Amino acid sequence: MAALRGLYRTGLGALCRRKGYQGFGLSKEMVLNCYKKMTLLNTMDRILYESQRQGRISFYMTNYGEEGTHVGSAAALEPNDIIFGQYREAGVLMYRGFPLDLFMAQCYANADDLGKGRQMPVHYGSKDLNFVTISSPLATQIPQAAGAAYAVKRENSNRVVICFFGEGAASEGDAHAGFNFSATLECPIIFFCRNNGYAISTPTNEQYRGDGIAARGPGYGMMSIRVDGNDVFAVYNATKEARRRAIAENQPFLIEAMTYRIGHHSTSDDSSAYRSVDEVNYWDKQDHPISRLRHYMTARGWWGEEEEKTWRKQSRKHVMEAFERAEKRHKPRLDLLFSDVYQEMTPNIEKQKEAMWNHLKHYKEQYPLDLYDK
Amino acid sequence: MAAAARLVLRTASGAKVLRAGLGWLGAPIRVPHAAAHFTFHPDPVPTRHGPTQKMNLFQSITSALDNTLSSDPTAVIFGEDVAFGGVFRCTVGLRDKYGKDRVFNTPLCEQGIVGFGIGVAVAGATAIAEIQFADYIFPAFDQIVNEAAKYRYRSGNMFDCGNLTIRAPWGCVGHGSLYHSQSPEAFFAHCPGIKVVIPRSPVQAKGLLLSCIADKNPCIFFEPKILYRAAVEQVPTEPYLIPLSQAEVLQEGSDVTLVAWGTQVHVMKEVAAMAQEKLGVSCEVIDLQTILPWDTETVCKEECFLNLEAPIARVCGYDTPFPHIFEPFYIPDKWKCFDAVKRMINY
Repeated sequence: MAALRGLYRTGLGALCRRKGYQGFGLSKEMVLNCYKKMTLLNTMDRILYESQRQGRISFYMTNYGEEGTHVGSAAALEPNDIIFGQYREAGVLMYRGFPLDLFMAQCYANADDLGKGRQMPVHYGSKDLNFVTISSPLATQIPQAAGAAYAVKRENSNRVVICFFGEGAASEGDAHAGFNFSATLECPIIFFCRNNGYAISTPTNEQYRGDGIAARGPGYGMMSIRVDGNDVFAVYNATKEARRRAIAENQPFLIEAMTYRIGHHSTSDDSSAYRSVDEVNYWDKQDHPISRLRHYMTARGWWGEEEEKTWRKQSRKHVMEAFERAEKRHKPRLDLLFSDVYQEMTPNIEKQKEAMWNHLKHYKEQYPLDLYDK
Repeated sequence: MAAAARLVLRTASGAKVLRAGLGWLGAPIRVPHAAAHFTFHPDPVPTRHGPTQKMNLFQSITSALDNTLSSDPTAVIFGEDVAFGGVFRCTVGLRDKYGKDRVFNTPLCEQGIVGFGIGVAVAGATAIAEIQFADYIFPAFDQIVNEAAKYRYRSGNMFDCGNLTIRAPWGCVGHGSLYHSQSPEAFFAHCPGIKVVIPRSPVQAKGLLLSCIADKNPCIFFEPKILYRAAVEQVPTEPYLIPLSQAEVLQEGSDVTLVAWGTQVHVMKEVAAMAQEKLGVSCEVIDLQTILPWDTETVCKEECFLNLEAPIARVCGYDTPFPHIFEPFYIPDKWKCFDAVKRMINY
């Protein structure tokens, strides 16, 4: 089977220390921002993963190893580009400016959660930041993103839609549907596949037998590229160019970012059951997007041990403070169980709400009412 | 068999025999396909919505879509074969009138049609998605139930796909068999977050479809295909709305309540007449119209359970897939409904 030629990479990494590595004219400010967002995400992941282990939140998914795919792509977009995600793109939202308090609020399902406490942790969304709320079913966002892109095209608003998914979700029928629709209907959309090696325990050779996801693009008439997902600059460049062309030419682009899921699938998973510690360590130590970017920053003289120490302390402090605030906050008031099913409250739901309150009048000791806002 | 026979005739003596046709097979055995199992009862000409025009059901749909594309610049219509006018002619003329970016074919993929439609709606445009037959809505079930229905709730009202309407031809047609006859509303009837609507006539269809399109929740609009040509009424040419979730009492009655929707409303009207004439029984006939959320107020009050003098009877197709040659025996025709009334009165 003919393999897709080459993997687009810029050589970001330890080689940066050698003379001659050209950065891409990205400003120090921007590069530092990328680094800080990636590391802040990493810090938040560690603390929230731990908080699940301690029974403080019910569930969590980390982003270890994939921070480069998040931040590189997010940095290449404009604020009003619409983002459809799957569930492992928290860094995209973080780059856009979603505050720690709101990440925590969603995970804790407390009264500050923009989603009103209705979904499991990591199902983030933000209307202000144009990040469509995540849902658990995989790949359902792919044809939706194509539809949104079609509407955006008709608006002539100079926006693109980007749609993230994993290599596992790419096996779903919805992925095929989304790719085909976006090409036939000429939608300005970037499909961004995070190929991180595993769908829970299923490695890629059990997920597909062809040449990954990028090779499927031409089958749909879609321009495709495979990039080194742990090279932030490569991700940035590919996304930037895809964005420019998608808007100019009204056609879809497929980016397959090769990366590695260093963490478990979620807090319900123990990946030592299906992969070796050596394999994980290789990626953690030898090919990590955060350390590869740090090499570049150090080589440029923009970062050193002092800055690293200071930043680690500062970011950890911010995360811990948000964490403590989230812990103390009440859960949303109970009426929010019943609203937003439809735009309007319907008679049958109103009746059920009354029935619940009636029930609580007589059985309130059986329910943890104190945890909830009145 | 006919094909093989044709070949033999050709090689033997060519065209002359062919022109004789298949008469050599003998007189055709006519399977008694039932004449339609109902008589369409048109409603009185509406007077409140301006000038009217004679339209059948598919034309009343076209009229609603035309009104929509005219008044709402974001509205788009898409699905399989809608560009040339649709397999039931519901979209005839619309592409020429409004442009190929607004009325367009999609690839053959129902999960894609609905998923795409959700995305269009989420981005703020009015999306009217056509599923070619209700029988083919199932690949889109996940997008409808897990996504469309839950979009607003799960996002804390930050996002919604209220601008989505899904239309599909629905119900028995005499020869549709398993896959061109289904009435799948029951699969959606318990899915909070969507609305399910089924009209009985052209006037109802246009008003209800326009209400679905205007409604800020995702709606499924099932169109009784057997009525597309058979149902003809005077329909207002201007847009008008018929409210959702309001059942209509078509006929008052004091002994038995008959509840139906779509084509079956016309069957029930006849059953009511038969019950009056043959049994002296006075039937109330209710067109439910909106299956979800349904009008419990009109149909039954919670206390009614104690006031019923007989158990509620459901007269439906049998618990088999929708059969082809057995359709006349399968469907809940007026004789089965009449018999149910008779047994109920004698309970």
